Amino acid sequence: MKDSKQTVKKLALLTVGMFAFAFLLVPIYDVFCEITGLNGKIEGPSTLSSVNIEEVDKREMLIQFVTHNNEAMPWTFTSEISQLRIKTGVQQSVMFVFENKTSEDMVGQVIPSVSPGRGAEYFHKTECFCFEQQKLLAGERVELPVVFIVDPNIPLDIGSLSLGYTLFDITDQLSENQIAAL
Amino acid sequence: MSTIVETHDDHGHHGPAKGLTRWLYTTNHKDIGTLYLWFSFLMLFIGGAMAMVIRAELFEPGLQIVQPEFFNQMTTNHGLIMVFGVIMPAFVGLANWMIPMQIGAPDMALPRLNNLSFWLLPMAFGILISTLFMPAGGPNFGWTFYAPLSTTYAPDTVTFFIFSVHVMGASSILGSINIITTILNMRAPGMTLMKMPLFVWSWLITAYLLIAVMPVLAGTVTMMLMDIHFGTSFFDAAGGGDPVLFQHIFWFFGHPEVYIMILPAFGIVSHIIETFSRKPIFGYSSMVYALTSIAVLSFVVWAHHMFTVGMPLAGELFFMYSTMLIAIPTGVKVFNWVATMFRGSISFETPMLFAIAFVSLFTIGGFSGLMLAIVPADFQYHDTYFVVAHFHYVLVPGSLFGIIAGVYYWLPKWTGNMYDETLGKLHFWLSFFSVNLTFFPMHFVGLAGMPRRYPDYALQFADFNAIVSVGAFIFGFTQLLLLFIVIKSIRTGKKASDEVWEDTKDWGLEWTLDSPPPYHSFTVQPEVK
Repeated sequence: MKDSKQTVKKLALLTVGMFAFAFLLVPIYDVFCEITGLNGKIEGPSTLSSVNIEEVDKREMLIQFVTHNNEAMPWTFTSEISQLRIKTGVQQSVMFVFENKTSEDMVGQVIPSVSPGRGAEYFHKTECFCFEQQKLLAGERVELPVVFIVDPNIPLDIGSLSLGYTLFDITDQLSENQIAAL
Repeated sequence: MSTIVETHDDHGHHGPAKGLTRWLYTTNHKDIGTLYLWFSFLMLFIGGAMAMVIRAELFEPGLQIVQPEFFNQMTTNHGLIMVFGVIMPAFVGLANWMIPMQIGAPDMALPRLNNLSFWLLPMAFGILISTLFMPAGGPNFGWTFYAPLSTTYAPDTVTFFIFSVHVMGASSILGSINIITTILNMRAPGMTLMKMPLFVWSWLITAYLLIAVMPVLAGTVTMMLMDIHFGTSFFDAAGGGDPVLFQHIFWFFGHPEVYIMILPAFGIVSHIIETFSRKPIFGYSSMVYALTSIAVLSFVVWAHHMFTVGMPLAGELFFMYSTMLIAIPTGVKVFNWVATMFRGSISFETPMLFAIAFVSLFTIGGFSGLMLAIVPADFQYHDTYFVVAHFHYVLVPGSLFGIIAGVYYWLPKWTGNMYDETLGKLHFWLSFFSVNLTFFPMHFVGLAGMPRRYPDYALQFADFNAIVSVGAFIFGFTQLLLLFIVIKSIRTGKKASDEVWEDTKDWGLEWTLDSPPPYHSFTVQPEVK
C-alpha cells in the first residue's frame, strides 16, 4: 500500500484549481465573445475616422435603432428616428431621448447589442452613452447622441444592422453616496 | 447487517459498536456504504412522492390538485433530489461497499473523511427540503436553476438552496478524493490498473469527473450568491453581465455530471452480464478506453443543451459533431455487452433481468439523445416532453435500473441472505412494464409539441398524459416492493453461499470473502496473478 498523503494533496489542489477555473470562465467568455463578435458585444469608443476611407469602398446600408426598457424601468427611452440609410465609412449621429417621468431621482444604464452578431465588429461608435451610469432627477429629460461609423469592410451579405439598446434601472444597486457623486 | 466478527480474528473489539453511535461515528466502509444506500432509498421515496404530485396534476388538463407555484417547486425539487440525493449517493454507497472488497483492501483510504462525506448529505438535503415549509416556498426555478430566474426572480429561500448545493458538492468532492486515493494506493499486490474490475474503473473515472466539475458547480452557485447579496453582476445584464454565461458555466458542470450518473452503472452492468452469461466480459480493454473517451468528450459537448440561445453556426456544428462522437464509445460498450451475452449460457436471475433491461432501454435513451444532438431537429425538440422522455430513459431504466441490478447482485453478499427470487422477478416485470408505460408516450407528446415544466397542457395531449400518469403511479408503488424485498432478505432470507452465484470465485475478489463479509474486508491482502 502506498502513502495517501501525496495523492490527497494533488486531488485537493485539483479541486481548488477547478473552483478558480469556474471564475476564470467569466473573463474567458467575455474575451471569446469580443474576439468573435458573438452575442453582438461591441467595444467602447473607437478611433476609426472617415477621413482616410476611399469613396469607392463606401456603400449604402440600413441601420435600425431599437430601444427597450428592462422590466420595471419607468423612464421613457426612444430614439429620434427608428431607422437611417447611411453610407459605410461616413460618420453619423443619432439622438436618443431619456425622460424620467417619475417623482424620484433615478439612475439608469444602457446595454447595447448589435445584430446580426457578425456585424458587431464592423460597427464603431465614436461617442456613446452606453455602459455609463446616467442619473436623471425627477421629471428630468435629456437628449444624448450616439456617433457611429460603419467599417466599409463589412461583409456584403449584411445589408442592414440593428442597434439595440436596453435600459436598466440600477438605482437600487448603488449607494446614496455613489448616486450623489454622479 | 449485524456482522459477527470471525473467530480467527484475535482483536474481538474490532466489530461494530452498538446502538446509534455506531452509525454516527462509524469509519467502516461497509457501514458508510449502508448509510449511503439507505439515505438514497429514503430520498428515492421523497423525490418519488414529488413525481407522484406532478403526475397527479398532469393526469388531466386544467389545474386540479396543486397551484402552479407549488408545481414548480415539485419539478425543481424532484430533479434536484433524484440527481444529487438518489443516483449519486447510491453510486457512492455501492463504491464504499464494493471498491475495497473488489481491490482487496481492508477499508477505504481515508475512513474519517468518509464519515464526514456521508453526514454532510443529510444536512444538505435537510436544508433543501426545509425550504418547502418556509413562507417563501422552496426553489421553483427548475433543477438547472437558470439565471435570472434563480437570481433576480428567485424566492428568498434561494440562499438556503445555494448553501445546500455547496454542502452536497463538498460531500461529493470529499467522497471522490477518498475513492481515487483508495483505488490508486490500496490495490492488492499484482492488481495492475488494467486488471481492475470494471466497476472500480468506472468509479475511478467518475471520481475524476466529480473532482473536475463539482468545484465548477460550487463556483456557479457562488456567483449567484454574489449577484443576489453582494451587488456583483455576473449574470445580470444591467451591470454588464450575461445570463447566457450562466448556462455555459452550468452546463460545463452539467454535462460531465450526466456521465457521473451513468458510468458507475456501466461498471455494475458489466459485472452482472459476465456473471450470468458465464463468460468473461468481451473486450475488457476496449471497455476501459470507451469509459475514458466518454469522460474526456464530456467536457467539450456542453453547449448542446443550449442550441437555441443563439450560437453562431460554427459553434452549433462543433457541439453537434462532438456530441455525436460520444455515440461511438457508447456503442462500443453496448456492442461488448451484447457480445458477452452472445453464445453465453445465460440464466435470468433478477439482477440479470435488470441488466438486460438496462442495456436495451438505455440504448433507447441514447438514440433519442442522438436525435437531440442534431441542431435543426433540436430546435423543435428543445424544452418539450421529448427531452423529458430522453433523460428519464437514461436515468430511470438507465442509472436507476443499474443501481437496482447492483443491489440485487450484491445484496446476498452484503447480508449473507438471499432475496426472494419470485418477488424480485415480480418487481422487475412490474418496473419494466410501468417504466415504459410512463416514459415512452412522453416521446410522442413531446414531438407533438407539449412543452415541459408546465402544470397544464392543451387538450389534445390528454390521453397520453393519462397513460403516462397511470404508468408513473404503478412504477412509484412498485418500488415499495423493493423496500419489502430488501427488508425480507435481511430478516428472513435463506443463507447465501460465499460465491452467491455460480462460479464467481475466479472473477472478483469480493466473492472470495464470506457472506456476509468480515467487518474489515481484507486484513491480509490477497495476491492477484
